[in-house]
Amino acid sequence: MLDLTYEPPKPKVISGAKHDWELVIGMEVHAQVSSNSKLFSGASTQFGAEPNSNVAFVDAAMPGMLPVINEFCVEQAVRTGLGLKAQIHLKSAFDRKNYFYPDLPQGYQISQLYEPIVGEGEILVDMGPGVARKVRIERIHLEQDAGKSIHDMDPNMSFVDLNRTGVALMEIVSRPDIRGPEEAAAYVTKLRQILRYLGTCDGNMQNGNLRADVNVSICRPGQYEKYMETQDFSHLGTRCEIKNMNSMRFIQAAIEYEARRQIKIVENGGTVEQETRLYDPDKNETRSMRSKEEAHDYRYFPCPDLLPLEIEQAWVDDIAANLPELPDEKKARFMGDYGLTEYDASVLTADTDSAGYFEDVVAACDDGKLAANWVINELFGRLKTDEKEISSSPLSPAQLGGIIGLIKADTISGKIAKDVFEIAYTSGRDPKEIVETEGLKQVTDTGAIEAALDQIIADNPAQVEKAKVNPKLAGWFVGQVMKATGGKANPKAVNQLVQQKLGL
Amino acid sequence: MSIDKDTAAKVAKLARIKVEEDQLEALAGEFNAVLGFIEQLNEVDVEGVEPMVSVTPMRLKRRQDVVTDGGMQDKILSNAPDAREGFFAVPKVVE
Amino acid sequence: MGDLNKLTIAEARDKLRAGDVTSLELTEACLNAIDGAGALNAFVHHTPEIAREQAMAADERIAKGDAPAMCGIPLGIKDLFCTKGVPSQAASKILDGFKPEYESTVTQNLFDAGSVMLGKLNMDEFAMGSSNETSVYGNAVNPWRRGNDDAALTPGGSSGGSASAVAADLCLAATGTDTGGSIRQPAAFTGITGIKPTYGRCSRWGIVAFASSLDQAGPMTKSVRDAAIMLEAMCGHDPKDSTSADLPVPDFEALLTGDIKGKKIGIPKEYRMDGMPDEIEKLWTDGAEMLRDAGAEIVDISLPHTKYALPAYYVIAPAEASSNLARYDGVRYGHRARLAQGDGITEMYEKTRAEGFGHEVQRRVMVGTYVLSAGFYDAYYNRARKVRTLIKRDFEEVFAQGIDAILTPATPSAAFGLGEMSEADPVAMYLNDVFTVTVNLAGLPGVAVPAGLDKQGLPLGLQLIGRPWEEGDLLNLAYALEGAAGFVEKPGKWW
Repeated sequence: MLDLTYEPPKPKVISGAKHDWELVIGMEVHAQVSSNSKLFSGASTQFGAEPNSNVAFVDAAMPGMLPVINEFCVEQAVRTGLGLKAQIHLKSAFDRKNYFYPDLPQGYQISQLYEPIVGEGEILVDMGPGVARKVRIERIHLEQDAGKSIHDMDPNMSFVDLNRTGVALMEIVSRPDIRGPEEAAAYVTKLRQILRYLGTCDGNMQNGNLRADVNVSICRPGQYEKYMETQDFSHLGTRCEIKNMNSMRFIQAAIEYEARRQIKIVENGGTVEQETRLYDPDKNETRSMRSKEEAHDYRYFPCPDLLPLEIEQAWVDDIAANLPELPDEKKARFMGDYGLTEYDASVLTADTDSAGYFEDVVAACDDGKLAANWVINELFGRLKTDEKEISSSPLSPAQLGGIIGLIKADTISGKIAKDVFEIAYTSGRDPKEIVETEGLKQVTDTGAIEAALDQIIADNPAQVEKAKVNPKLAGWFVGQVMKATGGKANPKAVNQLVQQKLGL
Repeated sequence: MSIDKDTAAKVAKLARIKVEEDQLEALAGEFNAVLGFIEQLNEVDVEGVEPMVSVTPMRLKRRQDVVTDGGMQDKILSNAPDAREGFFAVPKVVE
Repeated sequence: MGDLNKLTIAEARDKLRAGDVTSLELTEACLNAIDGAGALNAFVHHTPEIAREQAMAADERIAKGDAPAMCGIPLGIKDLFCTKGVPSQAASKILDGFKPEYESTVTQNLFDAGSVMLGKLNMDEFAMGSSNETSVYGNAVNPWRRGNDDAALTPGGSSGGSASAVAADLCLAATGTDTGGSIRQPAAFTGITGIKPTYGRCSRWGIVAFASSLDQAGPMTKSVRDAAIMLEAMCGHDPKDSTSADLPVPDFEALLTGDIKGKKIGIPKEYRMDGMPDEIEKLWTDGAEMLRDAGAEIVDISLPHTKYALPAYYVIAPAEASSNLARYDGVRYGHRARLAQGDGITEMYEKTRAEGFGHEVQRRVMVGTYVLSAGFYDAYYNRARKVRTLIKRDFEEVFAQGIDAILTPATPSAAFGLGEMSEADPVAMYLNDVFTVTVNLAGLPGVAVPAGLDKQGLPLGLQLIGRPWEEGDLLNLAYALEGAAGFVEKPGKWW
């Protein structure tokens, strides 16, 4: 495999009224585990059901109800850990995080504070060709999601739906290694990509299946490096946590706003209070959710309804052995095997559907570079116009591979190929058949081309004279021949003949 | 460790139990009696002792990932003090 | 057909199988007895229709032959068990009107075996108490009285209603639960038998949780044989409870041979408390003698951390309870406080929980909240868990030395008067559990067996503590002790 080396990106610098400032960002991403049933109950995880219908008695915290763990959710957490090159803890345990909220029926969330299932790992966050940030993962733990409170159905009441209550989440906690709003968005993008590759989370941010809590602090240039040397947080500023972000755009805007807010406070001689804040996209600002006085005291303690979770190394090895190829590996392979640029390889490995499509095209035409060009430049553009996903592309990889094959065999020119592409895309017809039926086969018969060229030379003596002085004008003759042959003439052959006939 | 009125009030708040101002003193007294009793634990040498995790150790049992439950909105809501349109209704929550 | 309600389970089973009585007759006798026993305040929800229906079904099953031992046996069910469609409110106002849509595993097991539910039994609120005085239904009353004194006595707690009902022959047996002694102490106070099995033997699914790592259900019966029969029906692996043990359930009754020759019985010196009444002391010594006479070897042992069991319990149990009881918030079931204009969600919680929980429950929830709160977790909760490890280790060490069971008094006194302890500080009441609580902390099986009367004519009990999962062996020892003690007294009927 191609060994890629990356430069770290420059941290974002914001100029305050007095100084320059850098950002330090850590993230807690809540990723809903792709599973049929909930973490501790047999109720469905299906989105969009009637309120309170995907609810078991234990989800509603009915008296005497008890949790029983879903093994598949454990497997998904292990798979995710392996995908992030993280330590897998063969022994983990569940704790209760106690707080009162109407959509938290038990009055506690079952989580893993003291002994998470996954320990330290890392994510390489691509920031452009040759540039990437290595973000350390601190831990991943399994926990229950809360329900949903709806506040706008009644002026005086909030309505509670427990369908989501107890759905398994993986909380993926990063170290504060992210250095700007763009990096933060890129981090979530990359994490989402890996989770989707692994199949452990569908990454649907709109439905809230992937949400991020963003911890933001500011520091003077140089301070972060001191932190990295010592891992001593006192070199960094006080952080604020922006809760529950579910859009890349909002994540960036919220960080930007929050950083400027903190800079203003500090430059005016104030101190930033550690607190939880909410981002309001309508006003593009963050506001305090709870003040420090009311700081939650979660009273974590081991959940006595569950025993410690012990898993076997052989089971972990088995999961590891069946891990799919991950984005970084795939990208490197595309670059190495097909000679793609890093940019093209990145685009094609953004998701497994694109990568799979691309490889199917290559299989059909045996030309990685051409396949990459056609997938990225023609197909993606065409799909975008139609607002279609690659998974529902009307043009199959075999069709596109066929078109490329026709180009490579000099059966059609690149220009004609675009017309064939359009016909194949809209009609589903076989490219070869299109070329034949529509008579699009390129003319390689030099006799026919010669005849056309002779005619043009005869009709344009002045141009011929000029071209003899200025050889660049040969292109004009090529164009005329192409025009005369309805674009079907083989451009290479035309070129040769023009050169020859004009004596260039 | 002695618990005063303020601490008693804080604990009551954390436990979401309303305690009238004039009851706090008595409550603090009761806490102190109980905590005084508990203080005996400080006499025990627990150096190197693992806290108990499960009193009858065994392997945590697992479920298969199959939908076996739910689909009973009526039963979930049947005991609710206030249920409307399939939801539990509570006084407005301000975030 | 008088006095059918006075039968033991074993007697009733034999008569049912012989066709001498029907379950319906047994059930009617019990329903009659219950109707006449309002003064005991043992049954707090009556389910005669369910009882008659179940009795008739049981009679059909018995007629077909091959019915299990518990088939047709009328029982009382502690209010802590969730019973489908029947009020189940843990004797708390906060569960006012709560009717579960599900059946607890233990009661389901009993019903599957053909047992009959007469109704729900009084208890301390959320099983927090040792005198049944914290119940929203009011006190349950002990059928026993001191001599000619008509002062009402406690049946003990928290399974006070269960104890009172069984002792007064309102039912053949009852379910109880035991977190720190709540089966064994009331059994001792009322002259009946009660066993708390090994933690994990009975499913906790559907039993309102008090302290999850300590709670266990068990039978409260008129004899050791009955305890063996009923326990077998109650327990067994339940995939719905992650702490339920996946172990086979032996035929406990078949293990009641009465042969205890060569068994080593430990007498722990730490249970000889200062100021222990002579009568209790004598009872204990007599009990040891009886076991020795039956062929057991009596060995002095030491359980050095015994003294710290109660304080550890009063950290662990309230801590777990504070979390387990957080769900009672007025949102999904039970009581919700009437709110004032402008009250929000926090006021709803605070008022609901202040109105819904009684004083003792509030106190324990708040103590539990405190010991888990930031800065105190290690000092209290974690330390208590370490002490718990030491307490369990004490037992493991004596068992490793070959001890088969441990004999102790069940309670430090006989039943006391209702209201007598109400002015005492909470710790004085907690001392009731001093002999029983170690067993919960170590997860062991423990059985209380009536062994005699005190000077005032009140029953006293002895406790035998067994090895984990050895309920069969333990019950056989209890059976031998029961036989030797020959306790046959019944309370005189005054109610």
